[in-house]
Amino acid sequence: MEPLTNKKKILVQKPLTFAERIYLPAILSGLGITMSHFFKKEATIRYPEVQREMSINWRGMHSLKRDEDGKERCTACGLCALSCPAEAITMIAAERKPEEKDLYREEKYASVYEINMLRCIFCGLCEEACPKEAIYLDGPIVPADYLRKDFIYGKDKLVEQPLVKK
Amino acid sequence: MEISFVIEKFILVVIIFAISLVIAMYSTYAERKVAAFLQDRLGPDRAGPFGMFQPLADGLKMLMKEEIVPAESSRWLFMMAPGLAIFTACIGTAVIPWGSDIHLGSRIIPLQVTDINVGVLYIFGVVSLGVYGVMIGGWASNNKYSLLGAIRAASQNISYEIAMGLSIIALLLVTNSMSLKEIVEGQHGWHWNVLYQPLGFLIFMVCSFAETNRAPFDLPECETELIGGYHTEYSSMKLGFYLFAEYINMFVSSAVMATLYFGGYNYPGMDTLGPILGPVFGPLFGTVILFAKIFIFIFFFMWVRWTIPRFRYDQLMDLGWKVLMPLAIANVIITGIVIAIVEKF
Repeated sequence: MEPLTNKKKILVQKPLTFAERIYLPAILSGLGITMSHFFKKEATIRYPEVQREMSINWRGMHSLKRDEDGKERCTACGLCALSCPAEAITMIAAERKPEEKDLYREEKYASVYEINMLRCIFCGLCEEACPKEAIYLDGPIVPADYLRKDFIYGKDKLVEQPLVKK
Repeated sequence: MEISFVIEKFILVVIIFAISLVIAMYSTYAERKVAAFLQDRLGPDRAGPFGMFQPLADGLKMLMKEEIVPAESSRWLFMMAPGLAIFTACIGTAVIPWGSDIHLGSRIIPLQVTDINVGVLYIFGVVSLGVYGVMIGGWASNNKYSLLGAIRAASQNISYEIAMGLSIIALLLVTNSMSLKEIVEGQHGWHWNVLYQPLGFLIFMVCSFAETNRAPFDLPECETELIGGYHTEYSSMKLGFYLFAEYINMFVSSAVMATLYFGGYNYPGMDTLGPILGPVFGPLFGTVILFAKIFIFIFFFMWVRWTIPRFRYDQLMDLGWKVLMPLAIANVIITGIVIAIVEKF
């Protein structure tokens, strides 16, 4: 039968030459290759001590921001929770009391703000949705943990550290 | 005299035993480090500075693991086999001369446990015994993979012992002695046997790779085909003994190769440097040289392991019977003819 294409190739298994049969030249060149790697710089980064620089559009753990006076920016509008495709964000809003004026920027604030880090897909939509520039995904990699409940991060872990007054 | 002789030998035995255990322990560490460096990695570096305590952590882990004995195994042989493996690995060090005699005042202390006049045969016998630990362990596990590993170990050892024995015969033609002490003394300075027996050394080295079940001849424990081969069913410290025995074997066969072919504790310039160092430190420096040679061989073992892939089983048998054995026979004949000619003229 005529072949459909002219791409057909008949492979012939050549018998090994003497140099191939005694293995030694191949073994020696192999040893040379591995020895050259012995002196190469290793690609390993000692992770917890040394961290690789992230790209500029890296999205890591969320942080809830404060304004320049150290007041929390979040007003618990819920747009982040609404925009979240993974439904990872829950919050409970509360009204600011007069004596809490230094703590929260506007009259309404989030008394509970939780992100389930196991649900979160780090898409950054909450960051885009926020009208108050209160949430950014500028943190480190979310660390591993043993229990599911420990992955629900509350305000204690999310809110930025207050500014140190000079 | 008698009691001091016993004490002297006892101390020597304890020191050699401790050294071979420590070297075996740190060979596991060295192996991981060498493997890492050859693959552009770092290797263990968490336990202590540069990961120096890694072997201790590994040993502790081995001891803490649950010990499992398969229900259908033959219990006594299963328990005995790792001990046999490590025992046969250790006794090989008894005849190796670790240095020339130390002259301490009027006392002469030989740095060799015993100088039997058939030292080479003894080594050869011990190496052959080494396979029993593997074989019995593999058979007693009552597991088909273990059994396959054991069968492979046995046939591999038989195949490579022939070429090994023939390469030793050629060596004995050159040295005219079977005592390891005399073989080493005959290699004074630069007159190392490897210069007279390069082919014999090559055959001997390939065979000792096979005898110690090291890559590229690690078919008895071939992970990809046999899930660990003869030690599939072993856990806890019994597995540790097997792994340990492999490293002690590696140390002993490195020592044997250094002794038989690379001049043991002899080094060029020993006639000028030896007297300067005095009757105690001169021989000890020779011992340091011997250990340097041993470490180079151990490194070579590891270097080869992380370079060459495992042989297929038929390739292994081809190499043993069709290549190494004819080569070894040819080596014996050529050596015999050359010696006859040299003696005649």
